Amino acid sequence: MAGKTLFDKIWDIHEVKTIEDGPSVLYIDRHLVHEVTSPQAFAGLKARGIKVFRPQNTFATPDHNIPTINQHLPIADEVSRFQVDTLTKNCEENDVTLFGLGHPKNGVVHVVGPENGITQPGMTIVCGDSHTSTHGAFGSIAFGIGTSEVEMVLSTQCIMQPRPKTMKINIDGELGKGVSAKDLVLYVISKLTTGGGTGYFVEFSGSAIRNLSMEGRMTVCNMSIEMGARGGLIAPDEKTIEYVKGREYAPKGADWDKTVEKWKALVTDEDAEFDKIYNFDAADIEPMITYGTNPGMGVGITQNIPTLDTVEEASQKTYLKSLEYMGYAPGEKMLGKKVDWIFVGSCTNGRIEDIRAFANAVKGKKKADGVTAWIVPGSHQVEDQVIAEGLRDILEEAGFELRQPGCSACLAMNDDKVPAGKYSVATSNRNFEGRQGPGSRTLLAGPLTAAACAVTGVITDPRTL
Amino acid sequence: MPINKFITLESTYVPLPIENVDTDQIIPARFLKATTKEGFGDNLFADWRYNKDGSPKADFVLNNPDYSGSVLVAGKNFGSGSSREHAAWAVDGYGFKVVVSSFFADIFRNNSLNNGVLPVVISEAFLADLFAAGADNTVVVNLEEQTITNKANGKTESFDINSYKKNCLLNGFDDIDYLMSVKDEIEAYEQDRA
Repeated sequence: MAGKTLFDKIWDIHEVKTIEDGPSVLYIDRHLVHEVTSPQAFAGLKARGIKVFRPQNTFATPDHNIPTINQHLPIADEVSRFQVDTLTKNCEENDVTLFGLGHPKNGVVHVVGPENGITQPGMTIVCGDSHTSTHGAFGSIAFGIGTSEVEMVLSTQCIMQPRPKTMKINIDGELGKGVSAKDLVLYVISKLTTGGGTGYFVEFSGSAIRNLSMEGRMTVCNMSIEMGARGGLIAPDEKTIEYVKGREYAPKGADWDKTVEKWKALVTDEDAEFDKIYNFDAADIEPMITYGTNPGMGVGITQNIPTLDTVEEASQKTYLKSLEYMGYAPGEKMLGKKVDWIFVGSCTNGRIEDIRAFANAVKGKKKADGVTAWIVPGSHQVEDQVIAEGLRDILEEAGFELRQPGCSACLAMNDDKVPAGKYSVATSNRNFEGRQGPGSRTLLAGPLTAAACAVTGVITDPRTL
Repeated sequence: MPINKFITLESTYVPLPIENVDTDQIIPARFLKATTKEGFGDNLFADWRYNKDGSPKADFVLNNPDYSGSVLVAGKNFGSGSSREHAAWAVDGYGFKVVVSSFFADIFRNNSLNNGVLPVVISEAFLADLFAAGADNTVVVNLEEQTITNKANGKTESFDINSYKKNCLLNGFDDIDYLMSVKDEIEAYEQDRA
């Protein structure tokens, strides 16, 4: 009998039961909750007259719909305030731990989980947010769910889930200078397309993945949903263990040693079989930028927008619609195109390493005239570290202002909206039409590319800065 | 909580021949501030459907009186992006009971099923025929038989759905009722693992 993949090992342990020709009942170790996708689920519990089944496994933080300035003041928008207050009330009524607005642990849910040791290897982790895949960086099965499923987990700590197929994406070799984890994953998505991972759970492996920091691994797993995959994971190693060690909710003392032993067994067996395997060479990857309206529409920054003859005939209408929205034409080169806005932040690239990379790249330079830049830390802990490392001073000297933590312009639910028609180079995860505000045009990139564009005002190769 | 029971239907359909329709198009994020499930249908495809001043955009299919029905037919990879169930609530709230495409994003498909909206996966050729037919064409969707028929050319295809979910849709059962009914087994599982 063939060995098991890491995914299969974790899934099997968490299967409470299976239903013939149906989904599995999957036990969930950690349920992360935010204000936008939970109120209807809590209302469902109330209608049934029940409370949260395992509040000790449930952690909540508002992030999507909060302002990133003046967080000490009441939220000005009444509807947003009510949504955030509803989360507070629901958590109080159900004894759920809440890192509310202004709490030192508040931040973007997928930054907060790892930095507090809530996220651990071998776990099943869900949240009503597709970028829950981020937590897979620790060797856990983590994926986004809808509100009906949030209600399932709140009421029974389980979810009904069909078992996905498994895919391995192996990337060997060394990333070049100026090439980040974000570029790596944008490259992979550009090869697989936005639907290429649909139906699969991905394991990322290979030396290029092993060499990434935990922050970089989180960026890669975070974006696995952008190729349609249910989630992505990376086997834990010494880096993973070192990252989790000592964090507030991590195991302690003798329990720690015992748990670490279990984590060390979290690997894919050598003879395990995947339903699909892709291999890439890290040396082929250059800094990436997107030119269209889904994350699969990306190219190396020195490349041109693909010409129409490279697109399947049935897809050409959609392709042209996308380029028309962006104000681009097939065959144009990306370098030198105008940039109006810079957004550094989100669950994809809002961690300390990202802001450090951006700050170091703009150090001693000046923000280009006409560029508006929002630097939004992923959490208060990230914000505190940015200040402690002196990065805020570097940013301010270069003309950049640090905002308060939140999802911000990644999805523009709050006031952080890019105006219609403006070009925004964003370190976030989606370049869909209107994603950063109605009519906004988003170009996804890594923090180094964002820095290069911020100081020049045009699309610029960070290797030439 | 019983969800809408799915009944076999014959209907005209609304064609949306665009690929990779993402959840931000189905329901833009600024409409996610609500704390109930109602009212999202009015903002389905809001940025394609309305001008800035709220007036309807004449060239969008939902504003074309020639097209109507309880079936939405969309290009491949429908529903990619966010996990927001608001997308399924918007589709349901507008009055669509079935979404037909050659490919669906995973989370959207799950969310639809959990709201009694049936995602039907068909071949590219079947999809192209539906787009090519006139506005008065109808499809017949039979969940019991797992078939969809294009009345314009009489062609029928079968579609996949697991028997558990099919049973849920036919009877209006929901997953939470099921999970509540196996709570003893869940507690036993917790004991075993501890």
